[in-house]
Amino acid sequence: MSMLSLKYVVPGDDFTRAGEASSDVKHKLKQLGYDSKAIRRVAIAMYEGEINMVIHAGGGEAFVEISPEEVEIQLVDHGPGIPDVEKAMQAGYSTAPDNVRSLGFGAGMGLPNIKKYTDELKIDTEVGKGTTLTMKVFAGH
Amino acid sequence: MKVRDIIKILDAKVLLEGDLDAEVVTACGSDMMSDVLAFVKDQSVLLTGLMNPQVVRTAEMMDMRCIIFVRGKEVDPSVVQLADQKGITVLQTRYRMFTACGLLYSNGLRGGCEGA
Repeated sequence: MSMLSLKYVVPGDDFTRAGEASSDVKHKLKQLGYDSKAIRRVAIAMYEGEINMVIHAGGGEAFVEISPEEVEIQLVDHGPGIPDVEKAMQAGYSTAPDNVRSLGFGAGMGLPNIKKYTDELKIDTEVGKGTTLTMKVFAGH
Repeated sequence: MKVRDIIKILDAKVLLEGDLDAEVVTACGSDMMSDVLAFVKDQSVLLTGLMNPQVVRTAEMMDMRCIIFVRGKEVDPSVVQLADQKGITVLQTRYRMFTACGLLYSNGLRGGCEGA
């Protein structure tokens, strides 16, 4: 049973605002008294995903379902898609432009990090159409 | 040490006062937020020369207690503002990254992932 359903629009043109949705989810999970370790894993994974959407896909939407057992986050974008998911999952592999690196991101750790911090990760992507990331973090893991 | 000890050690300017009595044991220094998110584990202090709102976001997601901007760079007020209400203390020191890290290390702060 879902305790809370949340929806966010992640603006694609403003790097300074990336992370607002993750910050709000973190805040709400704290209010719900969620397990602090799970909160941190959710926050980091979703934040990485949000940054990815801003860097690569011109923004998108985030859907979050919170239940006592788990947090499910779906990040949907209509960007360029990921041509080679296997490569994108390798730590250090990056297609981010140089200007992103000067902002402190684009080290090729985004997707590997999301995988590390979540219990389940599903990537649906199609070149030219977009990418949907579905991730789950179980409480108490 | 406490956050307030860092202020003394680094002769730092307080840009935003969070919980100065928060106990901190470990720190990390990086300008690459990607790496902070990937490699940091339970460190509560972040030293960086990067000056954008994502520094605060990263510290927030990692539950950090203190951000130290090194090399005396001017920090945009909007960056500091973002840390408000989150209990994060924001400091600015004239010391460069290497020296700032060294001073904190020699006063007892550790990396938290010794051997790596």
